[in-house]
Amino acid sequence: MIKPDRIVTTTCPYCGVGCNLQLHVKDEHIFKVTSPFDSPVNHGNLCVKGRFGYDYVYHPKRVTTPMIRKTLQKAGERTQAFDLSEWRETTWDETLNYVADRLVEIYKRDGSDAMAVYACAKATNEDNYLLQKMYRAIFRTNNVDHCTRLCHAGSVVALQQATGSSAMSNTASQVIQNDVFIVTGSNTSENHPIIALQMKEAVRQHGAKMIIIDPRRIELVEFAEMWLPLKPGTNVPVFSAMAHVIVKEDLVNSEFIQNRTEGFNDFIESLDKFTPEYAEEISGVPAEDIRKAARMYATANKAAIYWGMGISQLSHGTASALALINLAFLTGHIGREGTGLNPLRGQNNVQGASDMGCMPFHYPGYMRVDNPDNRAKWEKAWNIKAGGLSLKLGLTTTEILSHAHEGGVRALYIMGENPMMSEPNLNETRKHMQQLEFLVAQDIFMNESGAFADVFLPATPFAEKDGTFSNTDRRVQRVRAAHAPRGQARVDWQIICDLAQRLESKLEVDSAYWKYSNPEEILREMGNVNSDYAGITYERIDKVGLIYPVPDMTHPGTPTLFKESFPRGRGKFHPLDYIPAKEAPSDEYPFILTTGRVLEHWHGGSMTRNSVLNEAYPEARVEMNPADAEIHGIRNGDPVKVKSRRGEVILRATVTEKTSVGVVFIPFHFAEAAANLLTNDVLDPQAKIPEFKACAVQVFPVRKKNLPNPDAILQRGRY
Amino acid sequence: MTVTFLMDGKEVIADENKTLLEIARENGIDIPTICFHEVTTANALCRICVVEVEGQRVLQPACIVKGASNMKVQTRSEKVVRARRTILEMLASTMDLSEASEIQMMMYEYGASSSRFPDAERRESEIKDDNPMYVRDYSKCLLCWRCVQVCAEDAQYTFAINFDGRGFETQIGTFFDRTIPETSCVLCGQCVAVCPTGALKPKREFLLEKGISPQEISVLNTGRKKRK
Repeated sequence: MIKPDRIVTTTCPYCGVGCNLQLHVKDEHIFKVTSPFDSPVNHGNLCVKGRFGYDYVYHPKRVTTPMIRKTLQKAGERTQAFDLSEWRETTWDETLNYVADRLVEIYKRDGSDAMAVYACAKATNEDNYLLQKMYRAIFRTNNVDHCTRLCHAGSVVALQQATGSSAMSNTASQVIQNDVFIVTGSNTSENHPIIALQMKEAVRQHGAKMIIIDPRRIELVEFAEMWLPLKPGTNVPVFSAMAHVIVKEDLVNSEFIQNRTEGFNDFIESLDKFTPEYAEEISGVPAEDIRKAARMYATANKAAIYWGMGISQLSHGTASALALINLAFLTGHIGREGTGLNPLRGQNNVQGASDMGCMPFHYPGYMRVDNPDNRAKWEKAWNIKAGGLSLKLGLTTTEILSHAHEGGVRALYIMGENPMMSEPNLNETRKHMQQLEFLVAQDIFMNESGAFADVFLPATPFAEKDGTFSNTDRRVQRVRAAHAPRGQARVDWQIICDLAQRLESKLEVDSAYWKYSNPEEILREMGNVNSDYAGITYERIDKVGLIYPVPDMTHPGTPTLFKESFPRGRGKFHPLDYIPAKEAPSDEYPFILTTGRVLEHWHGGSMTRNSVLNEAYPEARVEMNPADAEIHGIRNGDPVKVKSRRGEVILRATVTEKTSVGVVFIPFHFAEAAANLLTNDVLDPQAKIPEFKACAVQVFPVRKKNLPNPDAILQRGRY
Repeated sequence: MTVTFLMDGKEVIADENKTLLEIARENGIDIPTICFHEVTTANALCRICVVEVEGQRVLQPACIVKGASNMKVQTRSEKVVRARRTILEMLASTMDLSEASEIQMMMYEYGASSSRFPDAERRESEIKDDNPMYVRDYSKCLLCWRCVQVCAEDAQYTFAINFDGRGFETQIGTFFDRTIPETSCVLCGQCVAVCPTGALKPKREFLLEKGISPQEISVLNTGRKKRK
């Protein structure tokens, strides 16, 4: 038995559930992870990632020394350097001076629009707040974004249009209070495993009825009252047909509609065309099932909707989420406990990074950047002369790269993101990355994007830093260091403060203030302007997190939003039209590809593919239905090529009923068969989120020798 | 509704739905437990929590018996102490308690001797190391059932493990004795978290205990060719 030197309580670095962890540390090394059984978030339960997937912290490939590329990279000729012999190890002083010199040179020459930054939904609130502060205060640009654009941008925009807010309205632990709940576009068991446990508990112990609306036969279907297997990209007709039934059968909540909403009359007119039979024709879901699901949801005392990327990652992602919001408004299933509109946020701190203003249209607290009153507040906080900050809306994640050309974005700073895995249409992304004049990577591993960089700044994973994460149900929780950073690695917020001061001195401008002695000072600075976080101190969240809005120091937090009113006043109904996914299946590309995640891996794989988790799920697989597999002569485990209009990958097939006929599924974690080489970079016009969830592909068998060697990827990097 | 009764001669008042164990803990009376866990359904399997209830023929397991008005409960009578000591001695004679520190403490407290049953056959089995996340050493298993419960309806709803075999041969197992990766197991490790004896252990902790360094473990993990 190993006796721990200490046990450090912290928050899980993987998904948005925000499970509480206890890191057991011996000789400056985590040897075991447990969870307190009295945790209000996860009750002691963890998934395989949270309990066993921390070992990437100690992986020999982790980069812990600052490095500069040996060969000067030029715009248009930029290359990837995975081999560390192409890098020169340096000191922090030299590296940060070099970064400051290059950024200042480009800024002075080309101005604010040439500068852009990707923040990081894995890093803390404090790290993210400072990163957007650095770019807004010093470079006067709003070109700040992060992976929220690629996950729930559609949901965020829809919720803001309809309610004025942009987070889950209720907490995940309220699932057990639901009488009926809809889970749609979310494979909750694999992507939010602990919320899935609560969903199963709601069904098995508390008598709730669960309705799954998803193209895949996900694990939760085994526990569901109904499964509506719709074709990818047909959300709007299915949800609108449910609304049609609720209105036609007079199951609406007239009192709620009258007192709390607006735009109802225009909305019901728009529903005429959405008969269940019309929806069946488009989606493949039997009209009678749509009717039954609509009645079940509408007539429940307490009903809620939980949704994931299957709603938002479409070129009509905003409309998909609005269709769900319309359902809640029709029935009044919002503003009470056990009801609600609940987008399950993906990353551990995607909620927090968004709250911290790491978005091109918003300061911290979702304050629009084009509003001069908001600008004045932040100018005051950052010691900037009136009128100094930019009122111009910035570029989104995807736009930042597509603007990487002469006259556009010249310098990009990436903290912890990996666009070369997570952007759609990676062949195009590659071309954009090559066009950058200067690229900084602040990360823990040399991943596909960092390999393009000029400078690598070795940062720290969750186990080596203090701060806060905000989970999917708006709970702000403490993150605590288990031990000091490995090697010369530095905590992210300290790297930013050091660099920011060098930038200010080279630009000879007044300081926006960077001399923080601890991360709590950073959170307090932000909370002084962003009222949602005004009452949050490290002392108050020492044991149990607080659920924002927490407007003052005695406020207990707000688990349920919209009890009295919506932030925009009345909830707004939105009439919708059915806009199909950009690519429909054709003779040449007969399958619809949908992408997503698996339980054992995380996104671009920087963490999980450098972990024991990779042993549990070592290679990319494409899932296809047995009926489709038979037609194409593919057996379980056979190597296949999947090809879209943009790219192709070779990987093994898993033949399974989990995927419906005509649909194939590929997780996007595997660099050697990157699903995003195939995906379509068409964007939702409002939210600018790409259509990851539906594109047309062909699948055909290939020979085994064509399979990529995953070890080639694994061997890259240090040592 | 509340109930009023005597526990160790002292009058206690409690909610009628509470078990004797809960009521004892509320009143600062220590009753030892082994199979009981706050997050699993109590099943009265190990019987270490037994108490004497006046008028009852046999000792009653405090983890499932509810308090009732006019009960007279003794939590440390001679009969109770003897029963607990014997349970501990039987466990110590048949299984490996070397990592069950709470049970070792109980043995000390109750004066239990690990050599009381020298002829007892020990429940020994090979370490099962069949998945990347945890190892199973059933020589250390006392069949408390917590792992089975959290894998089922007390937490995970995965149903990968259950009791296997009968009587002395009983062991926790998978269907058809399949390896863990061949079952419905999702490697969440809820079972590892509730194991009271170290029979279930994270693989990394297991390797570190064997003296393998973190660097060597990382190479094991990524050098997948070395493994099957």
